[in-house]
Amino acid sequence: MNAATKPSRLRDTHVTLSHGGGGRAMRDLIEEVFTDVFRPEGDEDQARLTDAALATPGARLAFTTDSFVVTPLEFPGGDIGKLAVCGTVNDLAVGGARPLWLSAAFIIEEGTEIALLRRIVASMVREAEAAGVRIVTGDTKVVGRGSGDGVFITTSGVGVIPAGRDLGAAQIRDGDVALVNGVLGDHGATILAARGDLALSTPLESDCQSLTHLMEAVLAAAPGTHAARDATRGGLASTLNEMAEAAGVTVELDEAALPLRTEVKGLCEILGLDPLYLANEGTLVLFVPEAEAEAALAAMRATPAGRDATIVGRAGPRGSVPVTMRTAFGGQRIVDMLVGEQLPRIC
Amino acid sequence: MRYVEEFRDPTQARALLKAIGRSAEALGASRAAPIRIMEICGGHTHSIFRYGLDKLVHEGIEFIHGPGCPVCVLPRSRVDEAVTLAERPGVIFTTFGDAMRVPGTSRSLLQAKAQGADVRTVYSPLDALELARRHPDREVIFFGLGFETTTPSTALSVQQAAAEGLTNFCVFVNHITVPPPLKALLDDPHMLLDGFVGPGHVSMVIGTHPYDFIARDYGKPLVVAGFEPLDLLQSVLMVLEQIREGRAEIENQYARVVPEHGNPVSLAAIEAVYEPRPSFEWRGLGEIDASGLRMREAFRAFDAEARFQVGYGAPQGRAQVPDPEGCACGQVMTGRMKPTACPQFGRGCTPDTPLGALMVSSEGACAAYWTYGGARVAAE
Repeated sequence: MNAATKPSRLRDTHVTLSHGGGGRAMRDLIEEVFTDVFRPEGDEDQARLTDAALATPGARLAFTTDSFVVTPLEFPGGDIGKLAVCGTVNDLAVGGARPLWLSAAFIIEEGTEIALLRRIVASMVREAEAAGVRIVTGDTKVVGRGSGDGVFITTSGVGVIPAGRDLGAAQIRDGDVALVNGVLGDHGATILAARGDLALSTPLESDCQSLTHLMEAVLAAAPGTHAARDATRGGLASTLNEMAEAAGVTVELDEAALPLRTEVKGLCEILGLDPLYLANEGTLVLFVPEAEAEAALAAMRATPAGRDATIVGRAGPRGSVPVTMRTAFGGQRIVDMLVGEQLPRIC
Repeated sequence: MRYVEEFRDPTQARALLKAIGRSAEALGASRAAPIRIMEICGGHTHSIFRYGLDKLVHEGIEFIHGPGCPVCVLPRSRVDEAVTLAERPGVIFTTFGDAMRVPGTSRSLLQAKAQGADVRTVYSPLDALELARRHPDREVIFFGLGFETTTPSTALSVQQAAAEGLTNFCVFVNHITVPPPLKALLDDPHMLLDGFVGPGHVSMVIGTHPYDFIARDYGKPLVVAGFEPLDLLQSVLMVLEQIREGRAEIENQYARVVPEHGNPVSLAAIEAVYEPRPSFEWRGLGEIDASGLRMREAFRAFDAEARFQVGYGAPQGRAQVPDPEGCACGQVMTGRMKPTACPQFGRGCTPDTPLGALMVSSEGACAAYWTYGGARVAAE
């Protein structure tokens, strides 16, 4: 029977503990809000999967998992559902894998609006389709009021890395060019502004987007690409530090080349934050041999997720400070790992 | 970003750097015998390092980092008192983010929070006021920190609470004023300063006249400065020009923001709610007369120290808490030691495991040295 025409048995407007109790209420919630929309195949409590790519000699399976918590659950440019799909898809994509399947587990706080759950699920399906993955299995649990923050989502993802592809931070070499696909800090700045306690209104939107198609385009144009990472928590600064340390190289950023929106710069000025440490959810950094840098740049710019792609720096020989920045004034400063979390200053 | 980018223009910066160089040469300044200029404000310290100005100016100019970071000058005993207040049952303790990680004797507010205290970061005392309205059954305490820049906003929130008859809101007052510690520094015979760059945001409230004594009584120039790199460079040049011409005046480089007589509305709010304390303890400087503020009698009900009998409100007096062993924050704060000369810098004291507030606050001199690599890039 078509989900749209099936009479609804779910009468509640908000999730109660009985929706986690294993009975009729739980079945109704899972069917109407989740499985009717995700439409996993088969009736068993497991996904049974095949894909031709897996049968190719030399192909490898990529498997990753990530949990998502965000306040507010819906924000300009996305919601926790979109985030949960993009985050895991991107973890696969930046490793050179073609994402295939996702699982999605929900921890739902008692009192959560069912309409909100429906919106989150709809946005997950939309994003999964755009990224070319299927959500094939899942789970829900309900916790009492005060034991959660609305909705927590954990997604795990499986993808296939084609034979011969081996991206990794350890492959980065002295002389590699560092590129990003777009502006930095939009997600972090959007979330800060959307929490409402700054009394700032900005036209900012989260950069939350999946990077599958962009990565495929880059790897086709620049097959010698050494490494890619999505610059999520801790921002570009923390991601570069991790990569530089893993590779045993240094990275010098060019301050004047960093793509930043005026609104993000303004918000950071007011709060005393550094946009290099703001989270991104659809921004990656690539290390490419110099000979392929222009090809990678052009390939990125030809995709919707890479329109603002640009070269931001370069890898250098091993040194005592992993990441530095050439300032617009010609000075040089360290770009360190983030300590704790960024805390807004007093004045 | 309009109205900011203009003040970061590298071409103009190079012109100013050249002029500073000429002035420094004319004064015979050298690395061995430098002109010492104290930037009072932590925001200035931060800008100097963020833009690498300390490396770009003539080698005969030495920046001495002053006591103008409100979190950094907070002695450990005040953090302990804040933790004590935060851990009272029924209390919601609200604070600016900077103060969360400052170590107390046994724990910071962040650690107290992890252990069960209800500590929340707010962006304004008005957020704390709103929490008090929403939680009439809880005591909401605001950690009132800062110089004249933040004092008006807590004064206004206390006036608002009084007008609404809110009885569950109070402020742990640590507001301090800029001129008294400068006087204390100038009275110190070991202090060898040639001039000052003054905090623009403070003067936006108090104007420029509270600094008159520095020129009049001590013969030192002070230039009130903005926070962008060009503001700072121009201010340094103005200080040098005064020295060259044998002048000692209070000048205003930040006239686009700072009126000579300050902001009368803010000053009236401070005056209505606060009065000077007989003395207040500063990290590294000890007790300084009339350097801190407390609530006037009429607003004493909103004073957390009076209400809960802690700190200066404790009947048995305040506990004396020495700085941690080997911590030289006091000497760094008074410009007698460079952060990198502290034996703990980068060893026992890093931003991950700070011993003192100078390493915690983004405006602390040690954190600035560490973050922007004054020490580590130079060491390469």
